[in-house]
Amino acid sequence: MKQLYHIFKKELYAYFLSPIAYIVIAIFLIVTGWFFFSTFFLFNQASLRNFFALMPIMFSFVVPAVTMRLFAEELNIGSHELLLTMPVTIRQVVLGKYLAGAFFMVITLMPTLSYPLTISFLGQLDWGPVIGGYIGTFLLAGAFSAVGLFASSLTKNQIIAFIIAMAICFCLTMLDKMLFFIPSALLGFMGYLGADSHFANFTKGIIDTRDILYFASVAFVGLYATHMSIEDIT
Amino acid sequence: MIHVENLTKYYRDVCAVDNINLDIQKGEILGILGPNGAGKTTFLRMLTGFLKPTQGTIRVKNLSVITDGLGVKKLMGYLPESAPIYKEMLAYDYLQYVAGIRGINPDDIPSRIRSLSDLCGLNNMMHKPIGELSKGYKQRVGLAHAMMDDPEILVLDEPTSGLDPNQIVEIRDIIRRIGKQKTIILSTHILSEAEATCDRVVIIHKGKIAADDRTENLMAAKAEERLIKLSVMNAEPQALRELLRSVQGVNQVDVVGGPNDTLTATLTCEGGSDLRTSVYLAIKDTDWLLVELSMETQTLESIFRQITLER
Repeated sequence: MKQLYHIFKKELYAYFLSPIAYIVIAIFLIVTGWFFFSTFFLFNQASLRNFFALMPIMFSFVVPAVTMRLFAEELNIGSHELLLTMPVTIRQVVLGKYLAGAFFMVITLMPTLSYPLTISFLGQLDWGPVIGGYIGTFLLAGAFSAVGLFASSLTKNQIIAFIIAMAICFCLTMLDKMLFFIPSALLGFMGYLGADSHFANFTKGIIDTRDILYFASVAFVGLYATHMSIEDIT
Repeated sequence: MIHVENLTKYYRDVCAVDNINLDIQKGEILGILGPNGAGKTTFLRMLTGFLKPTQGTIRVKNLSVITDGLGVKKLMGYLPESAPIYKEMLAYDYLQYVAGIRGINPDDIPSRIRSLSDLCGLNNMMHKPIGELSKGYKQRVGLAHAMMDDPEILVLDEPTSGLDPNQIVEIRDIIRRIGKQKTIILSTHILSEAEATCDRVVIIHKGKIAADDRTENLMAAKAEERLIKLSVMNAEPQALRELLRSVQGVNQVDVVGGPNDTLTATLTCEGGSDLRTSVYLAIKDTDWLLVELSMETQTLESIFRQITLER
């Protein structure tokens, strides 16, 4: 448990040693801010729904950029040899890195809390969907971080890790919108796999255990696959 | 202390380590020698639990590396080849992180890091990013990493590779200093290093153990083949040969002519005895000029070359 905390702390600290963290946070805030506020006054509604609707597609790019270095960098310089010969288990390493990546996304989201605060002065803001939206966003970040961590454990090259993770996250996001290509027998199953519809429930203020279970299972599968992939290296 | 049995490792169908059996005693400094690609690094990686063996067992203090990896890792400090450490981290932060993972009491961490930095000569480098350190200092950070919680066993993979001669001497001194209390296993392909630091030498060739003995035994085994070499000016080959034969204990004499009237003679001596004084006394009585007189012992280098080329 202590080991897990030390790995988590080191990984989080490593984000802020390189400019990557600041660049990712800045780009995320600029792009979401612009997309959201460019139409906000046209709709003339005190709601964050359009902001949360951006999250799955934004996270398909931002989360892989955050998680790509977690294992790929170690594999590239060979430092995993030092890490794995210290008294730690692979599970502690995987979980420590995962939590650092996911927590970094929470930090990235923190400045966006200023949106609901300012909007609540402009009009009557319904806080239910906002809170639901943030819960959904955190779950989404958790699920995509696990996918990104898995992609990062596959390769020494951070760019390849980014592209693999982005491809998987993007497919999960777009799956709902592509359902008309799929034979009707598979429709229910494939529909369940899409991240967007599960996420949309949260932004309506509905917290459904099925949706929580969906994000938890994506995270679990990602972490389990990462564990296997790291075990395979040794 | 460490018991290795039938250890074998295949990378796909390439055999890197082939059926190695080895016992390492407590307090030994064991040098693992071998040409490039002999399987040294693979062997050490299996010993530290980083790689899983294809076959065979390793037991450290009766703990199996395979089933009880965590327990074994607590007993061992490992410095991989060229010390791959995170480049952006400061040396101090890195050591602090290692101390945390190694489970050192948080109150003791600063004093522990200070004493390690004294031991490894890192005092002025603690607040630099590791990526900016020279190779020698990076290696020292790696050494400090390996010694963090004062483990009983230290495994060092080519600890002096790529260092300059001064740094090699310093690192060697550190190894010898800590080797007084610890079991150290180090791999190298620099033979003088093994000669200088190790109590026992294991030569690995093509994944197999080709020789395994105490360093002095390995070098003494070939002592009968000691040679005395001398160069003389102003002499006749025939006269020189006869004079040298007359010295008691000389077995064989070989005289060749060299440049500027020099004759070079090579003698083998009975039972490996040192006949330099008698040879000198014999030549002193003539009017020849003795310009060189030396004894060649077989170095680990020539033994190594014999063993690894023969097969």
